[in-house]
Amino acid sequence: MRGCYLVIESSPGESIAKLHQKRLNHLQALEAESIYILREAVAEFAHPVMLYSIGKDSSVMLRLAQKAFYPGKIPFPLLHIDTSYKFPEMISFRDTYAKEIGADLIVHRNETAIAEGASPWKLGTQNCCGALKTRALLDALEAGGFDAAFGGARRDEEKSRAKERVYSFRDAAGQWDPKNQRPELWSLYNSRLRKGESIRVFPLSNWTELDIWLYLYAEQIPIVPLYYAEERLAVIRGGAITLVHEGMRLLPDEKPEMMKVRMRSLGCVPCTGAIRSDAETLPAIIEELISFRRSEREGRAIDHDEEGSMELKKREGYF
Amino acid sequence: MSTVPSIREIPREPSFRAFLDAHLEQEMLRFTTAGSVDDGKSTLIGRLLHDTKSVYEDQLASIRASRVNRSGGAVDLSLLTDGLKAEREQGITIDVAYRYFSTAKRKFIIADTPGHEQYTRNMATGASTADVAIVLIDAKAFQRAGELLPQSRRHMYIASLLRIPHVVAAVNKMDLVDYSAEIFDGICAEFTALAKQLGLNSIEVIPVSALVGDNVVERSAAMPWYQGPTLLEYLETVPLTITEAATGPLRFPVQLVVRPNAEFRGFAGRVERGEVRPGMRVRALPSGRVTTVKKIVAYDGELQVASFPLSVTVELQDEIDLSRGEMLVAETQIAPQVSTAFRAMVVWMHEQPLVAGRTYLAKHTTRTVRATVRRICYRVDIQSTEHRESSQLQMNDIAEAEFDTSLPLFFDPYAENREMGALILIDPVTNATVGAAMILAATAPLDANSTHVKAAAFVWLRGLPGEAAVLREALREHGRAAVVVDDPLILEGSLAGAVRALQLADVTAISARAELSESTIAAVREAAGEAYFESYTEAAAWLNSSSMQEEKR
Repeated sequence: MRGCYLVIESSPGESIAKLHQKRLNHLQALEAESIYILREAVAEFAHPVMLYSIGKDSSVMLRLAQKAFYPGKIPFPLLHIDTSYKFPEMISFRDTYAKEIGADLIVHRNETAIAEGASPWKLGTQNCCGALKTRALLDALEAGGFDAAFGGARRDEEKSRAKERVYSFRDAAGQWDPKNQRPELWSLYNSRLRKGESIRVFPLSNWTELDIWLYLYAEQIPIVPLYYAEERLAVIRGGAITLVHEGMRLLPDEKPEMMKVRMRSLGCVPCTGAIRSDAETLPAIIEELISFRRSEREGRAIDHDEEGSMELKKREGYF
Repeated sequence: MSTVPSIREIPREPSFRAFLDAHLEQEMLRFTTAGSVDDGKSTLIGRLLHDTKSVYEDQLASIRASRVNRSGGAVDLSLLTDGLKAEREQGITIDVAYRYFSTAKRKFIIADTPGHEQYTRNMATGASTADVAIVLIDAKAFQRAGELLPQSRRHMYIASLLRIPHVVAAVNKMDLVDYSAEIFDGICAEFTALAKQLGLNSIEVIPVSALVGDNVVERSAAMPWYQGPTLLEYLETVPLTITEAATGPLRFPVQLVVRPNAEFRGFAGRVERGEVRPGMRVRALPSGRVTTVKKIVAYDGELQVASFPLSVTVELQDEIDLSRGEMLVAETQIAPQVSTAFRAMVVWMHEQPLVAGRTYLAKHTTRTVRATVRRICYRVDIQSTEHRESSQLQMNDIAEAEFDTSLPLFFDPYAENREMGALILIDPVTNATVGAAMILAATAPLDANSTHVKAAAFVWLRGLPGEAAVLREALREHGRAAVVVDDPLILEGSLAGAVRALQLADVTAISARAELSESTIAAVREAAGEAYFESYTEAAAWLNSSSMQEEKR
């Protein structure tokens, strides 16, 4: 946000009225808070790591980390849990971008489960996520000896997250006990741990989905091109628009066709539906996001909303 | 970023551009809501969300379809936020929930605190970051009781204790009292009187009906006698606190040292109070060393000024010893208090009681020290706000207590600045956050009353007032009282007497006078004995050796 910072000159005799002109916009306030959180955690934990999902929230979190430790490099590795079902565009974006910003990237896969052919068709989505995401994550955290993991989760994502702490305490088994969370006052975070315990740190707790998009726009942060609408080859499967990719087996009655679509959030190919959209730019995406609200306000049913909420549900089990 | 395909630019419509620009200029306001279960708090929040169009259609559809409707209205808006019952059944802690909405003017963060169990603990948590507290008052209940209910008094007390800058009373259920101006006026008078008594200096009283929507977002046609703002108008225009914090003396607690290479050493932190600028003379605490701010470094370019709550990195002119838990303040501005002893208001948050004599960890700004409860001065009866004697504190108790810390804290009273006066207490064994404290003032360190003998020195730093000030701070950091005796009222002839008197009080005397006569030097030497020094180094060595001796004792 170059140029947005408070640069109004003040002198000792300056009037209060003039001081009141120094306004901090909400994105700057959120940014400052997130940077503060990132720095607190890095100062107080021995081995922090950032969970990097390649999605839009991760992109924002990564930029905030660059800012927090500038001119130094990001003082912790990024950890990507690769389920082997990610979109190829995500993987190439991940590798290129991590290299460009000089980040240290760890990619972890649950190779045993992958070798055993874990898939949503075989295990069901819940169990598949359990093996390829949750199990893989816990293993990776243990293998790395990480006592703190930054995650990009936001409190506005769903009702149950509204009570989540900025520092979310996990016991030695990596479990979250809602009854055993520490009160958080002011910005004084309690980072004290016993051996084996860990904390998930959520620097984006107070950001909303709209804030994320506005920040991506204001900061010109690169995101995976799948977020932008484009003519893509897709099939309708189980009511959802599924992108056709190499090696995909089509069902007998499925006919792939070109559709102008984009992804609202990024996950695994089989379980992430696309939405029909004309939004080719960030402002267009923001406009679309707001018009969802507008239309909904007027009581119109949005044909692709179901896919959006499906997305959200899918993410519940992960973080 | 040439290799990564990314941003595609420029919005299509000028009107959308204007929308975006407006959104990028929104301010942020945090508020908390205080009310008991029957005051209609959930309905009020639901109404705010609904009437600001912050609710998705599927959410609305689900509450329309819900068989539960306790509201008496067409739609029970309280269901938008009220997950509490279900959560209680599932055994999830009843706790502060954060909700978000925005209007063209501001983005709002609501700390929604449940109205019953663990009330004090939850409201204190929500209040700690709030710019505004909305205290719900049930007009119907007021009509029945003829006065404000105890719970409203309790909510206002906690708002005043946590120093929420602005408190607004939402006088709810006006529809149930026929929109009576008399009843509203009665509530107004009591609320205003109580606010005055509690020292709340920015208050507002608004008559609303959350159920019907009167004066929440939409102006009510049913109360033409009310000319003031609607609740949302109030929230959109109430002054933000960050401007106040930016006008005080500089406080910059160091979070961490950024040292990417041998050439660069920066101090990363958040400006908690005041503002910092390149060229500013700053003093490091506790070392007392003075230097100049060279640059304020940020990813987006150097800054000419940074104020609360910006997170920045400061580069200094000189290589001075400074690390996490220490602080930069402006040389010429009022310094924070530096002390190992203070009085504070405590909110206890844990099932295990607070007991006098016990030691906890205290986290204050970026500094964590050991803090022992010297004594509980009194406990506050939350119903009557009267003081009671108490030897321990139970969960949700509020009390004034005295603490002694292992190392000095650098603080301002909480009443002056929240960030600089707040601390949390952590159990050193279980690591649980057990309490929150708001510092009232420094007290005399415990050592002053203890029996073991401490040597007090006389140090003459001929013509070096800067060094004298640094030494004084260094001594204080080590828990040693020290004063510079160069006050014009202490004439040279009485210097030896002053030094002796200070020595008896265990206070080291420092002078930077340019000249002292032979006879004065002799007299002072006699008073100070072995602890007479003429250089900073000698004094520092004496300090180190004598504090080591004390530890052995």
